[in-house]
Amino acid sequence: MLKTFTPGGIHPPADKLSSREATVPLPLPERVAIPLSQHIGVPATPLVKKGDRVKAGQLIGEAVGPISANVHSSVSGTVLDIEAVVDASGYARPAVVIRVEGDEWDASVSRQESPGRHLSAFSREEILAAIQAAGIVGMGGATFPTRVKLSPPPGSEPGLLIINGVECEPFLTADHRLMIEKSRELLIGTRFLMKALGVEQAVIGIENNKPDALAGMREAVMKHALGIEVCPLKVKYPQGGEKQLIRAITGRRVPPGALPISVGVVVHNVGTVYAAYEAITMHKPLVERVVTVTGKSLSRPGNYLCRVGTPVACLIEAAGGLPGDTGKVIAGGPMMGKALTSTAVVVTKGTSGVLVIPESEARRQPARDCIRCTKCVKACPMGLEPYLLMTLGEYRQTEALERARVMDCIECGSCNFTCPAHRPLLDIIRLGKSRVGQLMKTRKPS
Amino acid sequence: MNKLIISPSPHVHGGDSIERNMYGVLVALLPALLCSILFFGWGALYVTIAAVASAMLFEYAIQRYLLKQPATIDDGSAVITGVLLAFNLPSTIPLWLVMLGALVAIGIGKMSFGGLGNNIFNPALVGRVFLLISFPVQMTTWPVPRGFETTDAVTGPTPLVFVKQALREHKPFVEVFSPAGGGRDLLDLGTGSGIGGSLGEIAAFALLLGFAYLLIKRVITWHIPVSIFLAIALFSGILHWIDPAYAGPLFHLLSGGVMLGAIFMATDYVTSPMSPRGMWIYGTGIGALTIIIRNFGAYPEGVSFAILIMNAFTPLINKYCKPKRFA
Repeated sequence: MLKTFTPGGIHPPADKLSSREATVPLPLPERVAIPLSQHIGVPATPLVKKGDRVKAGQLIGEAVGPISANVHSSVSGTVLDIEAVVDASGYARPAVVIRVEGDEWDASVSRQESPGRHLSAFSREEILAAIQAAGIVGMGGATFPTRVKLSPPPGSEPGLLIINGVECEPFLTADHRLMIEKSRELLIGTRFLMKALGVEQAVIGIENNKPDALAGMREAVMKHALGIEVCPLKVKYPQGGEKQLIRAITGRRVPPGALPISVGVVVHNVGTVYAAYEAITMHKPLVERVVTVTGKSLSRPGNYLCRVGTPVACLIEAAGGLPGDTGKVIAGGPMMGKALTSTAVVVTKGTSGVLVIPESEARRQPARDCIRCTKCVKACPMGLEPYLLMTLGEYRQTEALERARVMDCIECGSCNFTCPAHRPLLDIIRLGKSRVGQLMKTRKPS
Repeated sequence: MNKLIISPSPHVHGGDSIERNMYGVLVALLPALLCSILFFGWGALYVTIAAVASAMLFEYAIQRYLLKQPATIDDGSAVITGVLLAFNLPSTIPLWLVMLGALVAIGIGKMSFGGLGNNIFNPALVGRVFLLISFPVQMTTWPVPRGFETTDAVTGPTPLVFVKQALREHKPFVEVFSPAGGGRDLLDLGTGSGIGGSLGEIAAFALLLGFAYLLIKRVITWHIPVSIFLAIALFSGILHWIDPAYAGPLFHLLSGGVMLGAIFMATDYVTSPMSPRGMWIYGTGIGALTIIIRNFGAYPEGVSFAILIMNAFTPLINKYCKPKRFA
């Protein structure tokens, strides 16, 4: 029996159109816009001004406070301006706009694994410092600063590192390709993270619809790794959710409102591990990532190594251009990704994919009355009652919503996906969550 | 460039629909419908057609002219109400009574609450119980199935009548309900051959076939039917063990409306609980009430009343039976 999580979960069609497409570098765009807030937490403070010349890998935004991340230039060129640019959230936020001139890298960055130094020679402090300096954030989508996740609060005892190679979102294949093409590097990165956390054991979770990635990682583990195990998982969405993945692999349940460290586990995405590998061995900051460009109407879905700040339009161009019947362009996957307001929105550290949906599939069907079929209850991976949360949300029963545990919701969208009445359950639940959040804030003694 | 569509995630849908589930139930009802036509002849088909047509017509008329809202008769739920109502009627019932039952089922049972999704009681059962109470003679004149052989219907008692007879005479039930005593073989209950009853309650095996289909198509889960079966077996088993004058579990399971009620009526989405734990309570309640009414009540059959009573408890059950929280 393959492992998976309970309760709930759904089986959306995988639609991994680009899983056999090797990652290719995307040609440099003419200009990039590098947002100063590509992470959860305080936006970085800009270190450059209009007219400055910058090199690729140069620090242009400095982390502010404990939960923040450095931002580096992904290209060489001239700073045109620092201005508000609309990002995937739909809001305009400060970004450094750079005209690309050549491809000159900062002298501190070596483009190769530093030779002559045994990998075990890196100390814990060195590893953490390199990750902090490189501005690495969780690349699975949450974009939480990685340095913070690697520093467990005092009193907690990390015992296990889980590497998230699940990629349960339909269509996306960026992590999949990384595991096939960079298996050795991922294992080295995993060893670094294990050292940083002081754990002896790591498990790489991969769903068994990626047999090539499973085989590749297994082979690499046999060759190199110590204390690293590859764990095949039964396909089920949202297995890539931190709590679901921990439940699937270890059987442990992270309590509501608590972090994975409370059950002795830390989870990092494979993309994050690769970025950490590059940061530690090459001093290379997080300025590029693999982005899946996909969609049934695209002529050439693929995986591209793409500089941060590249407009989504450039990626779509490389994949054959925006089809005429396009209805939606999504940053991320179809379950949790964000619909973009235009293709001028740029790739950030957390952008795992660009998904183009034709107009015919882009619109929702009209919502009808709830028929109380219980399918949303069965699908909810957090054991909630989405139908009830929606009703309470519509009637603005904020306290009742809190009692119904609305804050447990991980916004995976399984309820919406499964509802035969096409009810916008998650929309209303999100509104309810924000109202409960406000209520909780007012309650806090200030 | 044309404007992009913006909406919150998720951006895909699983493709399930109200129609898929409703028509799934209808497909599952087909074997039983075929059986009832085979056993009761064309009368069964006429009753079914009359019930379905009038249920759809009344729903359309109420939505269109009374509520002034778009009609949703194509969602399949009115068709199900019609078929289920017909399955609860004898095949010889006058068609005007069928239409009256459909009016009560749709008008009072469903539309007065706001239509599909908002009703508290199972509409088909509201219609049936209304007819049963208002027209007890017509509703309890059960033709004995003779297929297409004869035009003269012969009426006979439903097997459940023997339950009270055995208790009255205080003889072991197996003696009273035996081919010698005017009853039947237990196997006949399963296949429906020679058993008097309403359209849909005479062939337990055909209904079980529909149950399997519903499970495979994931239209319903097993919790409610299985908990009803177990409760009926348990409570009738206890009574039978105390005194053999009470009918045993197998008889109670295979006779009357248990299969139809447990598989198709109690599992109605709208009027049944939402969590597995709630479904167990609901199903156990239906089973217990059925056995109580059958053995101690005024009516020979109690499934309809049991389901309606537990329908009333569903909101309460939903309030206290929450799904297990993650962690």
